[in-house]
Amino acid sequence: MDEEMKNVPIPASLYRRIEEKIKGSNIPSVSSCVTKVLREALAKEEGEQVLSKEDEEKIKERLKALGYLD
Amino acid sequence: MVLAHGGKLVERVLKGEEKEKALEKVRALPSLKLNFELVSDVENIATGVYSPLEGFMGEREYRSVLSQMRFSNDLPWTIPIVLDASREEAKKIKIEQDVALFNESSKPVALLHLEEKYEYDKEELAEKVFKTRDIAHPGVAKVKAMKDVLLAGKIDLIHESETPFFRYKLSPKETRVLFKEKGWRTIVGFQTRNTPHIGHEYVQKTALTFTDGIFVNPVIGRKKKGDFKDEVILASYEELIKNYYLKERAVAAILQMEMRYAGPREAIFHAIIRKNFGCTHIIIGRDHAGVGNYYPPYAAQDIFEEFPDLGIVPLFFRSFYYCRKCNSAVNEKTCPHPPAEHIEFSGTKIREMLVQGKIPPPELMRPEVARVILSFEHPFVE
Repeated sequence: MDEEMKNVPIPASLYRRIEEKIKGSNIPSVSSCVTKVLREALAKEEGEQVLSKEDEEKIKERLKALGYLD
Repeated sequence: MVLAHGGKLVERVLKGEEKEKALEKVRALPSLKLNFELVSDVENIATGVYSPLEGFMGEREYRSVLSQMRFSNDLPWTIPIVLDASREEAKKIKIEQDVALFNESSKPVALLHLEEKYEYDKEELAEKVFKTRDIAHPGVAKVKAMKDVLLAGKIDLIHESETPFFRYKLSPKETRVLFKEKGWRTIVGFQTRNTPHIGHEYVQKTALTFTDGIFVNPVIGRKKKGDFKDEVILASYEELIKNYYLKERAVAAILQMEMRYAGPREAIFHAIIRKNFGCTHIIIGRDHAGVGNYYPPYAAQDIFEEFPDLGIVPLFFRSFYYCRKCNSAVNEKTCPHPPAEHIEFSGTKIREMLVQGKIPPPELMRPEVARVILSFEHPFVE
């Protein structure tokens, strides 16, 4: 199954700059390069999944009982 | 704290009234008996180890993972998590019906909310995941022995299986609280299926130099003959940590899961799992999750190039050995001495010594660790 692809226009000058940049590298195409950069940018999310106080206390108790916490 | 893969830690464990209701109805439902490995998958889905999976994969995700190593929403995922059934079993179950999943001792484990059944090509599955169709590869052999239909749908866990290693079994929810309580912001995960020798300790401590804590996470499950028994691996790590690590910098907990031996694809899978436990980094060594000579030695490191969006940082280690001149564990970048001065950390050689009841030299294994291993009458799987 080949992945479905979409076109996103970028300035021709930028395209040529990327083309130049990846020459001789192991990145096979401008498309691969742009995909990689975009994936990297989109992955930059941080945060915290909030547990209820009660849940957190229960977990702490278990961790203490198991010797993981003092 | 690093977010779970896909942004949300999955939890599908039934409690209280919901659990009681499920228990009441399981005996009247169509059922399937699962082996230990599938039960482990069910538990790993339910407790968030496999986040964002909420159940066994449907055909669209299965195909996407096989061909793109990503879910259809572009999120990295490399190993299909599937539930196989015979055609006869599948015929008896209707879509949108609940199916009771039992373990090998006929104890109810979970409910499967069946959404889809589909057929698949075993040759393609083996080729894509293991890069070989050779039946001698343990993963391929397993695929060939799978039943013909895959069942897909969300699961809800009723009972977690009993394990003699209960006190080492932590869910991602628990490890995340643990890391937070310890004040760790950066955590390196270490995957293992062996007792520790000096080489392992060198790698772990090198990684620990750059992080706040190390999470040693041995894979527990069915093993092959000659492997160290699970209890031996755990006892040896406990001894190593007690004697050679700062208590506030190292924790060990088990991961109950089968090894697939899928090399590079499995390295990415292992990284995702450790991210779900809350790790920010993972150690990837030579031939990670490999078997025999099926994968180039550093393929499991090279594959990370394709996943800039994984959300966990791999720490790559190449070969390392003990140098008599340096009097320490070294690698090709840190030691100027010739190979004649080097002693390899050969698991096979260490094992041979232990089989003969001998304590390996301290350059290879901590005497305390060796003594713990030898304190077991039968440390190896027979």
